[in-house]
Amino acid sequence: MRNDHIPASPSTDTPLEATKRFNVVAHDVPKVDGEGLVLGRPAYTDDLVPPNALYVKLVRSPHAFARILSIDPSEALALPGVACVLTWKDCPRIPITRAGQGNPEPSPHDRFILDQYVRYVGDEVAVVAAETEALAEKAASLVKVEYEVLKPVLDFEKAIDNPTVIHPEPEIHEMFPIGFEPKRNIAAAYHMEIGDVEKELAASPVRVETTVHTQAQQHVALEPHAAFSYIDLHGRLVIVTSTQNPWHTRRLLGLAFQMPLRKIRIVKPRIGGGFGGKQHIHVEPYVAMVTMKTGRPARLALTRREVFEATFTRHEMRVKVRLGANPDGMLQAIDMQVLSNPGAYGEHALTTFMVAGSKTLPLYNKVNAVRFGGHVVYTNKVSAGAFRGYGAIQGLTGLEATMDELAHKLGIDPVELRRKNMLHEGETSEVFRIMGEGTEGVAMNIESCKLEECIARGKRLIGWDPEHLVREVAPGVLRAKGMAIAMQGSGIPLIDMGSARIEFQDGGFFKLHVGATDLGTGSDTILAQIAAEELGVDLEDIVVHSSDTDHTPFDVGAYASSTTYVSGSAVLKAARSLKAKLIAAVADKFGVAPEDIVYEHKTFRTADGTRSLSLNDFSYDTLYHDGAKMKTIEATESFSGEKSPPPYLAAFVEIELDTETGKVNVVHYVAVADVGTPINPNLAKIQIEGGLLQGIGLALYEDVRYSEAGHMLSHSMMTYPIPSREDVGRITVELVDSYEPSGPFGAKSAGEIGIDTPPAAIANAIRNATGIRLTEYPFTPERVLAALKAAKAQ
Amino acid sequence: MNITLRINGKEQSIECQPGEMLTEVLRRAGHLEVKKGCDTGNCGACTVLLDDKPVLSCSYLAVRAEGREITTIQGLADEAKQFAAFLTAEGADQCGFCAPGFALTVLSMKKEFFHTPSEAEIRHYLAGNLCRCSGYEGQIRAIKKYLEADHA
Ligand code: FES
Ligand code: FES
Repeated sequence: MRNDHIPASPSTDTPLEATKRFNVVAHDVPKVDGEGLVLGRPAYTDDLVPPNALYVKLVRSPHAFARILSIDPSEALALPGVACVLTWKDCPRIPITRAGQGNPEPSPHDRFILDQYVRYVGDEVAVVAAETEALAEKAASLVKVEYEVLKPVLDFEKAIDNPTVIHPEPEIHEMFPIGFEPKRNIAAAYHMEIGDVEKELAASPVRVETTVHTQAQQHVALEPHAAFSYIDLHGRLVIVTSTQNPWHTRRLLGLAFQMPLRKIRIVKPRIGGGFGGKQHIHVEPYVAMVTMKTGRPARLALTRREVFEATFTRHEMRVKVRLGANPDGMLQAIDMQVLSNPGAYGEHALTTFMVAGSKTLPLYNKVNAVRFGGHVVYTNKVSAGAFRGYGAIQGLTGLEATMDELAHKLGIDPVELRRKNMLHEGETSEVFRIMGEGTEGVAMNIESCKLEECIARGKRLIGWDPEHLVREVAPGVLRAKGMAIAMQGSGIPLIDMGSARIEFQDGGFFKLHVGATDLGTGSDTILAQIAAEELGVDLEDIVVHSSDTDHTPFDVGAYASSTTYVSGSAVLKAARSLKAKLIAAVADKFGVAPEDIVYEHKTFRTADGTRSLSLNDFSYDTLYHDGAKMKTIEATESFSGEKSPPPYLAAFVEIELDTETGKVNVVHYVAVADVGTPINPNLAKIQIEGGLLQGIGLALYEDVRYSEAGHMLSHSMMTYPIPSREDVGRITVELVDSYEPSGPFGAKSAGEIGIDTPPAAIANAIRNATGIRLTEYPFTPERVLAALKAAKAQ
Repeated sequence: MNITLRINGKEQSIECQPGEMLTEVLRRAGHLEVKKGCDTGNCGACTVLLDDKPVLSCSYLAVRAEGREITTIQGLADEAKQFAAFLTAEGADQCGFCAPGFALTVLSMKKEFFHTPSEAEIRHYLAGNLCRCSGYEGQIRAIKKYLEADHA
């Protein structure tokens, strides 16, 4: 990006209605942990390790597919200072999944902590522990492993019924029917149809079809995965880890080691970014094995290369979309068929895949028929797992590309085509009821949807003129615009549950304990804002403690855009019930009815004004002064959503395409979103902004590349560059007024929606610039140039 | 072997393996504010100042730092707090893992420029400090306001 071409910020940001309505909520308060993190105070897992911990290193497979014939640890063990070498023989033969999901998991239990088979380059072979890091590394290199090398499956198009069966082992299984057929290399499959799609398509006067191929993507959270473990005073196993879901981690480890859950405690300190990448047990089992074997604390922080080669990526997908419409642009039918690549193991196989339909198809809810289906197939590549926007970004890329093709075919403004067909407030879609995440969905009426407003403001910010979507700014240099719209969800209804406990403290402040997991998103801050708003106190009066299975109430964890809506609702419920208890206690003290107590400005008054008591004074009364009436006042509440209200986003992008070099730059990306009430507008915007940049990275640069033999070529931040601040021009994020009646103070989610649109919007801008529909991601200069050449040759 | 490093104005004698990089040695010496994000000199999380100039400590041999002035963010805590106030006011901070290295580079930029740097200059100076959580916009706003406040 040429820096001198960065447009000025066009912000029209008008103050939100919600900011006027609330005192703490909908205000831009600074993140509670912000200053400490800038100062670099010890906060992340690897900063907190006890001094005498053993260093753990993993021996990893050099082959894409192989059977281990023998492991000889003798030379490694002979080194002084090496504590142990553990192999598959040291693990219970219990199939598990690494996916942190509900119980039972919709992911197949198709792997072991260590196994006799290795199924991708980087798969774990043995665990080595030693007194120093250098020693552990040396010892790992001395472990002798003999392999029978097997023929891998690397192309997901050739996986089904391939002579190579990636999972021949008999013990693996699905937890409930997900279409699991390991003998055919199928991890999961799904099909649904509403109406008769083929009939509707045949009857539609206008038909278009597009197939896009989106690549695997790496999370590249700046903090590599880390964990350490120790045995506490009571003989329990404590694991401190960079996890997004402490309770799922505890449950999965209990299963893997056949340990009662009461023997395990999981603590999450600050996390240096997650994006779904830390929603799995990548490191915890290995430190735990060493601690259980040696009785010593054990530490493991993955190298960046290990994070690339041996954690998870986004699912690669091939998405084929067919649309049928009337000449006026009214959609009649949508068909989406998907092939998904989960790599060697099936974490999130079915759910990611279903989300490709369930979080995109309801956008166009006026069709007569809609169909979705396909397969998730094993390959010998690193596993895929949860990643912000999972499934939705792939499905939307196909859907929104095809919508633009339809607009071109009909000769109408792509914005108008969408407005004609899209979902509006007060409406519903059958898809909500039929498709959930791995199960049936939940019927839902849309009570908040301000897509029209998002589109109108986005058009203004980018200067959308359908007659002039492309111009030449220098010889061979084109500026073009494109757009796309998106929806997400807010948690998984009737599956995700979060809880909060608030306790009144002497000094008149409140301790807020939540199981919810702040991965850097600022959720500790916004949950405190919700509590402060409801309790009528300042943000400083709320002290938050989160994510410790011993000390905070249950929460499924931070994923599926759930924290604000699900955990936030739990906090609001707890604050409400605590307020009622405080009022009741003061009423009792004053000998009046609770209805006669007025609570405002941190003070309780009787309605007749005769008595008053400050929150601060009352805190000492209830804990120290009131004799037999003394008690701690606290409330614990849980919330599980009965719906998953979608946030919405309209995206408009201006790109610059150099036809000489094929280079595409994002000059300006405008995203206007409806997230309901933003609890903290700044933090909601930065969530969206960060998602947009990751989506732009996926569209233009980021690619997980392999050699012919299945070795990852892009295994460093050198060979897998993420966008720097010089790579993109201006990003403008704005929020519109919206209120979701089912959410805490009207809030929905903001964590994932940002990532969904860039691949489609950028492809649509390139189409508007050149007439070429690019479908193979990412759009590297080589690919763009090749497409331009091919088009010229025709 | 042991080497003697001058960190934030204090001499410290620290154990060091031959060929070991400065990040590891600093972290072992308790300077946990120096983060490790990539090991390949690409992310900027490990930034420290060597004689007032930012360097990537993950790509800098610890022994070569002997006799030089090493400054981590803790050594500039007061300035860092001032900058942190602007950063958090913009809501430009997320996981914070990039923050110590990033903030240190901002402080060094401020010292180095005689004029208030333009947005293009800011982006260029900080190009090596990657952030995966934000889209950089809030950080840029915070930096501009921080520099303006100082020059006002
Ligand atoms: S850790 Fe030094 S640049 Fe990334
Ligand atoms: S805030 Fe997470 S990497 Fe910058």
